[in-house]
Amino acid sequence: MWAFFHKLGSPRWFYAIASRFEPWCWALALILIVVGSVWGLVFAPADYQQGNSFRIIYVHVPAAFLGQSIYIAMAVCGFVYMVWKIRVADMAAAMMAPLGAVMTFMALLSGSVWGKPTWGTWWQWDARLTSMLILLFLYIGVMVLRATFYRLESAARAAAILTMVGVVNIPIIKYSVEWWNTLHQPASFTITERPAMPVEMWLPLLIMVVGFYAFFAAFTLTRVRSEILRREQSKRWVQDMFREKC
Amino acid sequence: MRQEVRSLDPLDSPGLLRARSSGAGLGTALSATLKRDLLMVTRRPGDALTPLMFFAMVITLFPLGISPDADQLALIAPGILWVAALLAALLSLDGLFRTDHDDGTLEQLMLTPHPLPLLVIAKVAVHWLVTGVPLALLAPLLGLMLSLPEGSYLVLSASVALGSACISLIGAIGAALTVGLARGGMLLALIVLPLFMPVLIFGSGAIVAVIEGGAWLAHLAILGAFLCVALMLAPWAIAASLRVSLHD
Repeated sequence: MWAFFHKLGSPRWFYAIASRFEPWCWALALILIVVGSVWGLVFAPADYQQGNSFRIIYVHVPAAFLGQSIYIAMAVCGFVYMVWKIRVADMAAAMMAPLGAVMTFMALLSGSVWGKPTWGTWWQWDARLTSMLILLFLYIGVMVLRATFYRLESAARAAAILTMVGVVNIPIIKYSVEWWNTLHQPASFTITERPAMPVEMWLPLLIMVVGFYAFFAAFTLTRVRSEILRREQSKRWVQDMFREKC
Repeated sequence: MRQEVRSLDPLDSPGLLRARSSGAGLGTALSATLKRDLLMVTRRPGDALTPLMFFAMVITLFPLGISPDADQLALIAPGILWVAALLAALLSLDGLFRTDHDDGTLEQLMLTPHPLPLLVIAKVAVHWLVTGVPLALLAPLLGLMLSLPEGSYLVLSASVALGSACISLIGAIGAALTVGLARGGMLLALIVLPLFMPVLIFGSGAIVAVIEGGAWLAHLAILGAFLCVALMLAPWAIAASLRVSLHD
């Protein structure tokens, strides 16, 4: 068990293990997302209040989940990197960041597209929207900070520190924004409590959420693998591998 | 050897060097750091005055940009005062470690046998004393000019004083991360502004609460809680960030 985790810490073994899991993750992601989208967008019944516009939740909710989870995953990777100096953890954190930012942006965008017909406005300073926007800023800060350092190791450590500082702040920001929102806003515009969804509505949503997570796993494995090759290109095993392939 | 190091920077407090070479106690090292930083401020008073002038000028922009109408200004005054104070503090953060980084003082601090997080608290405390406290003292005057309702001035000062201490601590993390970079100022703003948002919410919230007769003390208590958490966690992050920046 532990030997497996120790192996994962070495770029060479991670590359080998990841190549075995990667196709399965991609297959799972593809199947789940196709099934979930077709089911959710075509077969699921329309909402009795919102009509068909509710269907955007099949993209919005998984994107929002991923946006938040990826930041936490980055912080865990950063912690692992800072404590055990495992380079693969830093590569994973670096490769996840753009996807997390894109997912957060997608959640905001789909939320505002949904908000136009439902609330009658593109943007509301609603607690959830605002904290997602701040999350997007946190992602951008981490990515820009990483890009400005010249040495790879400094960039990795700086990004890890900032991500961990951010993750401590996320709950504080979330609750502050919620309190601010209840203080400043008339209660009329909060998201109305949706009635409990019927099974045929939430099952495709669940499939989409799992599909998005599988996509995240597959995407990260693929990108980390190519990042390993890029950073370790001068290593013997990489050169041997390419010589065999050619 | 000691002579050589001292000659590099005449302002470098001899106390700091003594604390390093003779194995003096932590108290000596802390007071030496405090004294040195305060002395640096008195030698370059312009650095401490700039954020205050910035604060006053930004506040002047708002009546010009919006309207001189007292009622309108009073309505938005808590928010404007807080945003301007926050930006002024942000402006001063860039210089928090820069000169020390350029002249090698940071390396000396790291070479002392004392824990860096504690020495860093001393530096941040000086930063708060020379930016946060003056901003808190100037804020009521600017509030008066924005026709902020009477009776809210004390809370305004208290919230800026408490909030700017949080800003100094959290912002010092960003300042430490960007100190080695050539154009760190803009990046500093980018990475620390999202972290300041809770402070802004409760800082301006306290003033709004006292105007509307709400529970302003609760807002100040939360700012105090932020300060406690920041005081516990930020020094470690600042010290780790300084180590990263010095090794880049």
